[in-house]
Amino acid sequence: MKYIDEFRQRELAQKLAASIQQEADHDRQYNLMEFCGGHTHAIFRYGVQDLMPANLTFVHGPGCPVCVLPIGRIDNAIQLLEQHNVILCTYGDMLRVPASGRKSLLKAKATGADVRMVYSTQDALKIAHNNPDRQVVFFAIGFETTTPPTAVAIKQAEKQGLKNFSVFCNHVLTPAAIQSILDSPEVRDIGSVSIDGFFGPSHVSTIIGSRPYEFFAKSFQRPVVIAGFEPLDVMQSALMLIRQLNQGRHEVENEYTRVVTREGNLKAQSLVAEVFEVRRVFEWRGLGMVPNSALQIKPRFADFDAELRFQLPAIQASDIKGCECPSILRGIKKPTDCKLFGTICTPENPMGSCMVSSEGSCAAYWSYGRFRQPENKTDREGVAV
Amino acid sequence: MTTRKRFPLPLNIQDGVVDMAHGSGGRAMAQLIDQLFIKHLDNRLLRQGNDQACFSVAAGRMVMSTDGHVISPLFFPGGDIGSLAIHGTVNDVAMSGAQPLYLAAGFILEEGFPLVDLERVVISMAAAAKAAEVAVVTGDTKVVERGKGDGIFITTTGVGRVPDGVNISGDLAQPGDAILLSGTLGDHGVAVMSSRENLEFETQIESDSAALHTLVADMVAAVPSIHCLRDPTRGGLATTLNELALQSQVGMRLEERAIPVQPAVSAACELLGLDPLYIANEGKLIAICPAEKAAQLLAVMRAHPLGQQAAIIGNVVEDPNSFVQMETAFGGSRIVDWLAGEQLPRIC
Repeated sequence: MKYIDEFRQRELAQKLAASIQQEADHDRQYNLMEFCGGHTHAIFRYGVQDLMPANLTFVHGPGCPVCVLPIGRIDNAIQLLEQHNVILCTYGDMLRVPASGRKSLLKAKATGADVRMVYSTQDALKIAHNNPDRQVVFFAIGFETTTPPTAVAIKQAEKQGLKNFSVFCNHVLTPAAIQSILDSPEVRDIGSVSIDGFFGPSHVSTIIGSRPYEFFAKSFQRPVVIAGFEPLDVMQSALMLIRQLNQGRHEVENEYTRVVTREGNLKAQSLVAEVFEVRRVFEWRGLGMVPNSALQIKPRFADFDAELRFQLPAIQASDIKGCECPSILRGIKKPTDCKLFGTICTPENPMGSCMVSSEGSCAAYWSYGRFRQPENKTDREGVAV
Repeated sequence: MTTRKRFPLPLNIQDGVVDMAHGSGGRAMAQLIDQLFIKHLDNRLLRQGNDQACFSVAAGRMVMSTDGHVISPLFFPGGDIGSLAIHGTVNDVAMSGAQPLYLAAGFILEEGFPLVDLERVVISMAAAAKAAEVAVVTGDTKVVERGKGDGIFITTTGVGRVPDGVNISGDLAQPGDAILLSGTLGDHGVAVMSSRENLEFETQIESDSAALHTLVADMVAAVPSIHCLRDPTRGGLATTLNELALQSQVGMRLEERAIPVQPAVSAACELLGLDPLYIANEGKLIAICPAEKAAQLLAVMRAHPLGQQAAIIGNVVEDPNSFVQMETAFGGSRIVDWLAGEQLPRIC
């Protein structure tokens, strides 16, 4: 595969690993947070950790869209199905996320709810066209990367006069979340977790550019490298972070120059600005209420806002007892610190959201990395074939 | 035969649909069986028109296997539910090292299913059975009301005979054994996905659906000491190896670079956020054999048209956790776990 295999080359990986070994200061620890689940997935899938020095730790951040969505919002989605009898269109990853009362969209579907897995907002529009007698709601989730297509869908629906289509908007913003992590008492005051630098999510930056990170790199004095998602990108970015830390710099650097610019995609940005506005506050799983961290549909497009159309209530739902997803999402705990990990919480039967998506750190630990655990918890009893 | 006399009007295949009468046991059902099923699947035992097929068998070890086939869409690049129903069961029988002898087929048809599609499926089954030289010797037809089926479900059952001196089972893998794969991964799953309504990406990829028993026959003739054979269908290579590791209470180590995947399949998986190791195959097999026989077995596999891209992909190790581990092409290592639920595309 052109443009992909080049970034997975074993020989280059070995050269980069040698440079990292050589340049890393062996008297210090490097705790580098990959904010985005895409990086977590790449690190585990390609075994990047094996090529890193022992004093470099990847701290897995909250950038997995399904992981950070609070339970209350999934409860809302189930309300849409059960009380309003809508056709709910969703990306596949959302299907298995646990909601309150041990429900999930997949379980709702099994008991007759009309949940459709879609690959794009265009599929959702098509479903609305083909079902004029039904209300069709697109369950919009994701970071800045997935927001422009939702904006396009809303504008198309308006243009086409689609009366039965609306969007349940859960789009969230990356820079606000990173700031919230650095602002949290564990990181700032107690110092129990030190995060020395960040891998910036490159797909997000294709849209927003690298500039939005400049403010906090400066104010929190942490280096940020916008990193591509191929394993060589991750390694090169780790080397760039190590160099910055060794030199006492804290700048925003761009490793993913083949796509990302400082300004980002201006057309997409203006499209998003036309349709969405920043929510005053939004609940994140793990981070709690984070100000200015999510988007809502502008009043001008209120007709397409499912929250208004169906008057969805704000639901405060608590996590399953013992679930450490909130701490894991902030990088304070590791999946293996959770009592539920690998006991009652496995990918077949996820209790917390981090076990659902392959981008979630618990699922990545379990599916790709559990041979590294000294106790080697096995799934022998819990095999679901 | 006196077909014309028994049924004054021929079956209207061009415009007709399956109706409840086709499953009622009456004349309509007899006509469907006669003018569609027997017509295409024709053989001496089926023609006898009994509720069972009666045949003699040689002394020795027999195997029997059954497989239900449900697939959407029914027709996909490289095959359809008909050919799949033959290949699936022929392969399940063959994975014991056996030569398949006879098949039985049960059809569950949904009211309203076009007869023209049914005939297309049955013609495809007949062609697959003929190519495999395994006859469908008995069958059954039921019709369910509209909305209670998905057009057509086909269950096939097969019997076969294991050659003397062959003992193949999923619990016989030994530490030190070599793991061989007969060809590229993921062709079937990606071909089917590419033709699903909500995906529709253009690709040249065709399903690998094929009957593997002649390949197996060559393999067991050359290396009767093969320990395990299995076809990595649903759940793909990853899940099948985990099953074998668990059954045999061993671990496995794979070498990602040795695992063949077509570039087009890799690209489709990349686009959809899927992993070829977990995608279904319908014409591939995994063989586990003593290490010293691996080179010989590989040569035999590569000499067969269905094994040209065969490769040694890893080996069996001792591991109380029965982990399947892999050295990645990139140079790291990771677990290759069971498939959890369904493979779902990632969001971004």
